[in-house]
Amino acid sequence: MPEKTAEKHVTDKAPAPGAVAEAGPAPAKARSLWSDAWHDLRRNPMFLVSSALIALLLVMTFAPGLFTSASPRDADLAEHYLQPPNWGHFFAPDWLGYDGQGRSIYARIVYGARASILVGVGVTVLVTILGTFIGMIAGYFGGWIDSLLSRLTDVFFGIPFLLGALVVLTTFENRTVWVVILALAFLGWTQIARVARGAVITVKQADYVVAAKALGASTGRILMKHILPNALAPIIVVATIALGGYIAAEATLSFLGVGLAEPAVSWGLDVSTGREQLRNAPFTLIIPSVMVSITVLSFLMFGDAVRNALDPKLR
Amino acid sequence: MTIIDETADIPAPRGSEDHTGPLLEVRDLHVEFHTRDGVAKAVNGVNYSVDAGETLAVLGESGSGKSVTAQAVMGILDMPPGRIPKGEILFRGQDMLKMSGEERRKIRGRRIAMIFQDALSSLNPVLSVGYQLGEMFRVHEGLSKKEAKAKAIEMMDRVKIPAAAARVNDYPHQFSGGMRQRIMIAMALALEPDLIIADEPTTALDVTVQAQVMDLLAELQREYHMGLILITHDLGVVADVADKIAVMYAGRIVERAPVHELYKRPAHPYTKGLLDSIPRLDQKGQELYAIKGLPPNLTRIPSGCAFNPRCPQAQDICRTDIPPLHGVTEQDGTELPGRASACHFWKETIHG
Amino acid sequence: MGRYVARRLLQMIPVFIGSTLLIFLMMYALPGDPVRALMGDQAFDPAVVANIRKDLGLDQPILQQYANYLGGLFQGDFGTEIGSQRPVADIIADAFPVTIRLTLFAFAFTVFVGVGLGIVAGLRPDTLQDRGLLTLTLVLISMPSFVLGFLMQYLFAFQWQLTTPTVRDSMNFGELMLPAIVLGSLSLAYVARLTRTSMAENLRADYMRTAVAKGLPKRRIVGVHLMRNSLIPVVTFLGTDIGNLMTGAIVTEGIFNVKGVGNAIYEALIRREGATVVGIASLIVLVYLATSLLVDLLYAVLDPRIRYA
Repeated sequence: MPEKTAEKHVTDKAPAPGAVAEAGPAPAKARSLWSDAWHDLRRNPMFLVSSALIALLLVMTFAPGLFTSASPRDADLAEHYLQPPNWGHFFAPDWLGYDGQGRSIYARIVYGARASILVGVGVTVLVTILGTFIGMIAGYFGGWIDSLLSRLTDVFFGIPFLLGALVVLTTFENRTVWVVILALAFLGWTQIARVARGAVITVKQADYVVAAKALGASTGRILMKHILPNALAPIIVVATIALGGYIAAEATLSFLGVGLAEPAVSWGLDVSTGREQLRNAPFTLIIPSVMVSITVLSFLMFGDAVRNALDPKLR
Repeated sequence: MTIIDETADIPAPRGSEDHTGPLLEVRDLHVEFHTRDGVAKAVNGVNYSVDAGETLAVLGESGSGKSVTAQAVMGILDMPPGRIPKGEILFRGQDMLKMSGEERRKIRGRRIAMIFQDALSSLNPVLSVGYQLGEMFRVHEGLSKKEAKAKAIEMMDRVKIPAAAARVNDYPHQFSGGMRQRIMIAMALALEPDLIIADEPTTALDVTVQAQVMDLLAELQREYHMGLILITHDLGVVADVADKIAVMYAGRIVERAPVHELYKRPAHPYTKGLLDSIPRLDQKGQELYAIKGLPPNLTRIPSGCAFNPRCPQAQDICRTDIPPLHGVTEQDGTELPGRASACHFWKETIHG
Repeated sequence: MGRYVARRLLQMIPVFIGSTLLIFLMMYALPGDPVRALMGDQAFDPAVVANIRKDLGLDQPILQQYANYLGGLFQGDFGTEIGSQRPVADIIADAFPVTIRLTLFAFAFTVFVGVGLGIVAGLRPDTLQDRGLLTLTLVLISMPSFVLGFLMQYLFAFQWQLTTPTVRDSMNFGELMLPAIVLGSLSLAYVARLTRTSMAENLRADYMRTAVAKGLPKRRIVGVHLMRNSLIPVVTFLGTDIGNLMTGAIVTEGIFNVKGVGNAIYEALIRREGATVVGIASLIVLVYLATSLLVDLLYAVLDPRIRYA
């Protein structure tokens, strides 16, 4: 790998005798990276809007009954076949119309949130744990362990994500949400591992880690108490931004017919069934599509805001 | 007088031209920055002048406005957020603030050049030093690439970079800090400008290298008979090279004096504090003096004299009335040429 | 330089073998059987199935199968499809030119429009046009390509009747335009944002101030000093993105019925034709590895601070 030659700035900046102290105005109060980030986030409208949307989606995930009394699987072809939306009937089963099988689109939207959110959050959590673990081990121990794990990361990185997911998922007959989560996590951990490895290598050389080592702290303690907390910020940034991508991936895979399958309720599946009606009833396709996009957008905005708050370089 | 002299092969005549008086004169300059936290008044009515062949040192802490003033002279202030609500910057008698962008661009680099503090970040990392040096000749004198490179090597030789011809295609990161600063100097001197502004040229360097670079700069200045504005926070650097000193605090000049007089008899408590904080061999074992407190926040400059919260001599008047820049005289009333102090109690400070 | 390239090429071998082995294992070691898929739902004789399996070498240990496959691959033999009896090499030869066209088309679109928009926004950060671009790219990024694909199909084919909903001639550049735009739009959004951020960041760099202080004309300051530095990360991204575009083609080709690699691999997956899937996947992995090497070399050319390590 090519590396940047260390741009070593001249460190001997100690003021010469007779120098006026180069002290800037004192900060009002010393603040940590995290409280500083929180201070920024609370004032960021993007963050507020996206967290409100995410909160709404979370409620939909765990309590869909609060939003609709209709069932997403009740099909009434005779009554409701491709019935167009009734925009005035807020939150009623016919609000967003009915699909080609006479099912309430609104109910399917509400119940479909579950698949998207579970996959998005589930994959992100697993990928973060797995990637951080592998990256930390590689970065901290170095040597042959690092070489081995880095090559392993390269191998997984070399497989395009969507292609790998397609291959893994087609082999499963019964694809539940958990299978999809495991498959995506199995393929997706490489980016976090690389970030974690880089962060650990940087932190490892910090004086306070060297000091902890010199004082005889155990490896486990150094990793958990000193290295992990300080390598966490870049990992969290990458993870939050990736979350939206996993939601899009689930929808895409379900759309391709290798993600979730009926009778599961998923927006990707609904787009897939809606595509036959693209010409005569475009709403059956557009509404779930828009829902996927809004959800991905919420998490992207959320991730963007978190990154801006945590990355002091961008201020 | 027109500034455009694109085809001049001979260096432009130094000194007066049609104009008599100082080479550069800054009059009542104000600069403010509009930020989220309010308006920061970085420069609040600065006056100074430099003649050809003369060295003016501008001394002050960070935030005193010394660099901002220089950037305003150079025309490289970020505007917005920066703004110049008031003032004149006369170069050879012409107000540069009233010139068009193109006229100012032609002065930059050619008539007034600047040396920055951190040569590593101030040089473009992905272009060779030869290219960056040669650019001056290509843009301002229309030389070909080849001629420009030959000139670049010549300039590198002049600032005493060993094996210049071999190193002309190297990149900034391949040079040591001192050598990089020499390249900055070479770039500034390339077109033999009338005025050089050096913004803390040696701060980022090792102490041993600092002296070499400073000597080189002084030597070249004498050779070309240029005006030099040396911006620094380091009193040690100033003593050897400067002719006169302007001490800045919170965007104002608080004291002005010929260099040796300032060291002998400061007329402002701030200057006095600065001088007292220099460690001295004959006071070994004693506690080193330090000016208490911190520089003021530029969005909320204290009323009256900006230095009053940190001043050991502050009286009530200091908290209410802004002191003007008084001419400083001997006890018997004879004027001290070139001296001024913006302190209500300058008499007590210099004579007491 | 030569030694560096040689070392990188050597390093690519284990990664290539590892990645293809992984795909091979997923294809063959996980449940699902191509021979049974071939038989469909009809009743079958276990003896016949066993015979076919033996002929195909499917009864051997999995690593042995992989070694055989790899051996064949080095002689240019991609194997044969079980169902159609077509050589996989033929399928690849049919499909790859289409996808390469589509990818290059999408790539060109990404480069010109993405970098162009990024420059426009990056030169004036925090203005209206900058915020507009950031919003537009955010929307593009949050639209999965099937959503954008259907949107385009609906608008251009059904509403305005400018194109046919699907592509009839997969080698026709004009017909590939819509799929290429859909395929490239995600990368375009990333490229525009990256260009914009990189420019806005470099705009504040000290050497830009130096360039102004040197009295250079604005055109030169932007064209030589700013662009040269700002485009380095963009070039890196663009290189690694070619591989992503090729897999993204799976969805886009499906929507627009383009007969390319994406279509071929998708159909092969459904029919569990391992040889086809692994063959095409290996080629994509190879493209991935080759472009990443190219990017690293290009990076070293563009940025003198990079040393070959």
